[in-house]
Amino acid sequence: MPLWTWFGIKKGRATTGWPESAGSDGQEGVLGLPKLNADLCTEGAQGCTNCVASCPSGAIALNGAGDQEQSIDLDYARCVGCQLCTETCPSGAFSPSDDWAFGVRDRADLSRLGRPAAPDKKLEEKWQKSLAGFGHSLHIRHVDAGSCNGCESEISALLNPFYNLHRLGIFFTPSPRFADLLLVTGPVTEVMREPLLRTFEAMPEPRWVMALGTCATGGGTNGGGYACHQGLDGILPVDIWLPGCPPNPAAIIEALLLLLDRRPQQVHGGRHDA
Amino acid sequence: MPHPEPPIERPFQMQILRPDELLDAAQTLLADHDVGLGDTPSAHGRMQCAYALRDADGKLSVRYIVSQGANRPWGIWSVDAASGSLPSLANVLPLLGWYEREIQDLYGITFTDHPEPHPLVLHEGFIPSKPPLQTGFDPKAEPIRGHAEPFAEANMVGRDIQRLPFGLIRADVVESAQFVFHYIGEGILHYHPRLFYKHRAMEARFEGVPISTACVLAERVSGVDSVAHELAFSQAMEAALGWQAPLRAQVWRVILAELERLYNHLHYFGHLAKTTTLKVAEAEGIWLEEQVKQINGRLTGSRFLRGVIVPGGLRRDLDATGLAADLNALQPQIEDYLNTLANTRSYLDRLLTTGVLPRQVAFDQGATGPIERASDLDRDLRRDHGYALYPDLQFAVPTATEGDADARARVRDQEIRQSLHLIRQALNQLEPGAIRRTESTIDPAIDGMGLGWAEAVRGGLIYAVHWDAKAERLTRVKIKEPSFSNWRVFPFTVHDSNMMDYAINEASFGLSVAGADR
Ligand code: SF4
Ligand code: SF4
Repeated sequence: MPLWTWFGIKKGRATTGWPESAGSDGQEGVLGLPKLNADLCTEGAQGCTNCVASCPSGAIALNGAGDQEQSIDLDYARCVGCQLCTETCPSGAFSPSDDWAFGVRDRADLSRLGRPAAPDKKLEEKWQKSLAGFGHSLHIRHVDAGSCNGCESEISALLNPFYNLHRLGIFFTPSPRFADLLLVTGPVTEVMREPLLRTFEAMPEPRWVMALGTCATGGGTNGGGYACHQGLDGILPVDIWLPGCPPNPAAIIEALLLLLDRRPQQVHGGRHDA
Repeated sequence: MPHPEPPIERPFQMQILRPDELLDAAQTLLADHDVGLGDTPSAHGRMQCAYALRDADGKLSVRYIVSQGANRPWGIWSVDAASGSLPSLANVLPLLGWYEREIQDLYGITFTDHPEPHPLVLHEGFIPSKPPLQTGFDPKAEPIRGHAEPFAEANMVGRDIQRLPFGLIRADVVESAQFVFHYIGEGILHYHPRLFYKHRAMEARFEGVPISTACVLAERVSGVDSVAHELAFSQAMEAALGWQAPLRAQVWRVILAELERLYNHLHYFGHLAKTTTLKVAEAEGIWLEEQVKQINGRLTGSRFLRGVIVPGGLRRDLDATGLAADLNALQPQIEDYLNTLANTRSYLDRLLTTGVLPRQVAFDQGATGPIERASDLDRDLRRDHGYALYPDLQFAVPTATEGDADARARVRDQEIRQSLHLIRQALNQLEPGAIRRTESTIDPAIDGMGLGWAEAVRGGLIYAVHWDAKAERLTRVKIKEPSFSNWRVFPFTVHDSNMMDYAINEASFGLSVAGADR
């Protein structure tokens, strides 16, 4: 028997059953984006702005400091999960968490100010209707619009034997003509803007767009300046927003299945389901 | 074993040069290496990079970072560039060609007699009337709008010569870059990689950033090189401020850096197997990579080992429980995999004699890391300019002489085995203790800058950092990125090769586009 065939047979199966049957998601110990418990913030009224000052991507906003209306908001679309806020907050309002399944259909769900912390039934039904005519496997065209390559590393991981994305009926395709989903990473450099738009235009309908990684959802630490936009907002119509820096492979699988309505959305109004 | 506290030496010597002294200095450096390239090139001088610096009054100068040989301080040449023009050194030190073009694009300093004075980092059609970094960087600014225009390229016309622009959006999940081939039949006449589609002004983003949060940016220059970047940055700050990271932090830094090498190199073999159409070997390589990433996740909370290293030591302590057992379980699998690959004829057939990089070209064009070591240049910052715990550990620096794809793979194969060996030694030295120390022993105003480095997975990485009067915020950070160096070298192995071998040759270099483009 040829060498590598035998090698492969000896190795056996490495693929997890997750998320459709029993198995590990592979993310033991992996940190997600921080949890914000605004009620714990006791120092804000005293003028503490540690969290805002520590955040390298401008994700935290402190509104109305000093008066009764005082509130903190964390815009997850900009959060790179660096955990600095969790280290600097004196009252534990920010804490590390393993909340990483951050894919949402509406960007407003990534912040508290956007919408209430409950599923939006109307949006979900509308989504299910738009999927009605879509019966085949999902084909993805990925475009790197200025990533640090962390996101590519995790997208590529989907094809390793552990996640084995193909088992879920999801494939990558070289040609946008065969693609259903445009998967975009990076804050969108200006030189990548037109090639990105042309790729989208080449895709047949129905077509969807996913902003993958915090660079693409809100610019993160790398957006803005002479070379870069602040992610996909205002550049393409986005159907799924998935912050994370980078989102881990399981988070990407959750978001892809959310697109296909095979998994529920787990973040509403800036709060991750318990 | 108590860790000896080394005396704090300045890691570099500054030399102020006049513009008219530059060429002589370059030639002297070269003469130095010509004398001794025979035996131990690590002992000899070599240009590393050049960068522009704007001082507090807005005056521009150019700094050159020079290696003066193993275990000797780095040299820094500082040249006033207020006149807006300097003599190009690219004809003498070809590896400077790209650095000078970058400075020209971003700061507007021109270099007379430059052999290829075209734009590099900014693309034709997106070039503003005022160079974007001449007066300062505004992260809130809108990007410079434009439309792609034709770019300078080799003028190759003749019967049967075909021009193939490959990319910019290519098959598979890869980083954005365009490759322009001129070829006849299968034979490549000329190859031109068009990079910098991913230029995000990462160096400029450090301007105004507090020293305490800058590591977050350093981690996001090239994600798969996160550890090396935060380490080089942190060591630059520590050397300048006289901070001494405690022993426990030094031990962890080695472990993290070698875990980074491990998962990257395993990915490399999976990719190389893919280009040689070995499906099972591809799957096994990326499965081993995944297992190391899962170990990383359990150990640090980040599959990319982010968020741990900081100037002064570590941000938080790590727990080594289970790490040795995990690696012990993985090691025989890794060795079995590498040994099987090394015995696969169809794989070796494709790698042997493919993409040969001659030693002299490697030296002149600035090859670094496994690429230069596979072309018989014996340099490694871990050994030649020791840092963290490396001087206390035993390890070999694998080299090869052939300079082909097989040599590049063999060097990485050996490096994987050395990494496992290093991690095991480091774990033996792990004892309870402090993880961060930030007492200044040096007045940060003395040099006004810091220099730090690390032997990243892809080669020598250097951070030159400058800060404001109070040493609170950064004013300029230069990143000498190994992939920038190796992308510059790579085309020399593609001209005169053939189309069938291209993908294998590219995979054998193992480059990061994000790192090169920054
Ligand atoms: S980026 Fe996210 S994790 Fe980091 S400080 Fe800002 S809110 Fe906190
Ligand atoms: S989101 Fe984070 S990991 Fe992804 S490309 Fe941006 S900086 Fe890199």
